[in-house]
Amino acid sequence: MSVIALNPKSEPLGKTPKETAEARALRETTPREWFPYAAPQARGRDPQDIAFSFRDIGRKFGDKTVLDNIDLDVPAGQFLAVIGKSGCGKSTLLRLLTGLDRPTTGTLTVNKGESGENRTRIMFQEPRLLPWARIAKNVEVGLTGIAGGEESREKSLAILREVGLADRAGEWPSVLSGGQRQRVALARALVAHPYILALDEPLGALDALTRIEMQQLLERIWLQQKFTAVLVTHDVAEAVALADRVIVIDKGKIALDLDIPLERPRRHGSPELARLEGEILDTLFGEKAGQ
Amino acid sequence: MKTTGRSILKNASGWALPAIILLLWEIAARTGLISPNVMAAPSAVAEAFWRLLLSGELIRNIGVSTARALSGFVIGGSIGLVFGLANGLSGLSRNLTDTTLQMVRNIPHLALIPLVILWFGIDEQAKLFLVALGVFFPIYVNTLLGIQSVDPQLVEMGRVYGMSRPTLFFRVILPGALPAIFVGLRYALGIMWLTLIVAETIAASSGLGYMAMQAREFLLIDVVVLSILIYALLGKLADSLARLLERLTLQWHPAFQTA
Repeated sequence: MSVIALNPKSEPLGKTPKETAEARALRETTPREWFPYAAPQARGRDPQDIAFSFRDIGRKFGDKTVLDNIDLDVPAGQFLAVIGKSGCGKSTLLRLLTGLDRPTTGTLTVNKGESGENRTRIMFQEPRLLPWARIAKNVEVGLTGIAGGEESREKSLAILREVGLADRAGEWPSVLSGGQRQRVALARALVAHPYILALDEPLGALDALTRIEMQQLLERIWLQQKFTAVLVTHDVAEAVALADRVIVIDKGKIALDLDIPLERPRRHGSPELARLEGEILDTLFGEKAGQ
Repeated sequence: MKTTGRSILKNASGWALPAIILLLWEIAARTGLISPNVMAAPSAVAEAFWRLLLSGELIRNIGVSTARALSGFVIGGSIGLVFGLANGLSGLSRNLTDTTLQMVRNIPHLALIPLVILWFGIDEQAKLFLVALGVFFPIYVNTLLGIQSVDPQLVEMGRVYGMSRPTLFFRVILPGALPAIFVGLRYALGIMWLTLIVAETIAASSGLGYMAMQAREFLLIDVVVLSILIYALLGKLADSLARLLERLTLQWHPAFQTA
């Protein structure tokens, strides 16, 4: 495990997720060959490992402070949801995490595993498929610099089966529906077995039913692969339904850091979810919203 | 079977109007409605075609003109492509050259004919130079436009997935710019023939334009009309080739998908 520590002082981890019984059962009973190819062993399955940590991270655009002294430790395998009003800096947080942007101040540590290569993947709001590449080729983009030729072809077909699109491998992206395209984008992000998967409101543009379907798919694959997921969303219900932990960002700071210790699979509309949802909305809009 | 028959019919429908015009024209010429020293009848043109084909003069002149057109096209087109790609990819290159190129672009290249004749005489270089210059700009402008209009979100996606610069170029940028490059290509083909005709009618000692000018001297109006028709056919042929190439390389584009 090579942790690229820019900050020599290792501080105690903030929160460790409580692994649910469901997840533990799946982890213990699922053979490593769940996927036809072996997942990299170096991934931090042990909740003691951190996937990434932000130390006093700040990001300014000119005079405008978008993120202000963010401190955040995320244990490996955690499903973290980031909520905030638009313009609160949550997308900037993801861009920092995925290396699309650099912090103005502070240190960002990302656990890159044994091989040291970057296995942080991002799924955008839009599918961003290459229109001139067939579905399977689009998924193979996820293996750029990792695998090629026959191997990458097999892996991309295997992951397409996983998202239920194996029969569309030879099609152009233009003939797929919005939800199918987003599933291809998910397959592309997952094909290289990311350690960290950053999701930038990937379900925002989908209709309500496709959205629930995608949430279930995402949860199922996350339970199998146990990558660290960081989901940025506007949808509080989605956040509490999927995440182990929810943070609320307001005015560039973490306004709330909340564990969601509920068993999976979670039922939409259950009273516990509603209570947690209310708590988050109170933080976002002040106490008034709760009354 | 039915569909192939229908598609043949569909293709043939484009040729119906020229055929009718040809027929009316022949009738008008036969009945003396059009005097023979104003316009030759289609049959006379066909006769001239046969005569020149047998003498080998036609093939030779078409060959000369085509070779000129294509070599000028290749030279001008590749320079245009290189500048378009360079200026699309590098801001430095664009800052250095774009202003100059845009100024030169606004000079009608045919206005340079007197100067070109002074420089090169009526040799091959003169024609090559003019064709290359004419072809350069549509390719340059459209390649640049194509690269600049590549979806930046896709480029960002490529970067996140760790594509190297060459991979990014060949997998994302070039395919994205290709539709615009093809628009430039088709414009350039039109300009290629136009420039060549003008250059050959003014200063040449062989080629289709020269053949037409010689025929004018001897009042061979059927040969003049024949050369004009051949220009039309060659232009159509070049355009069809470009469209075929477009269809082959842009299969992914919804506009080219036959569902």
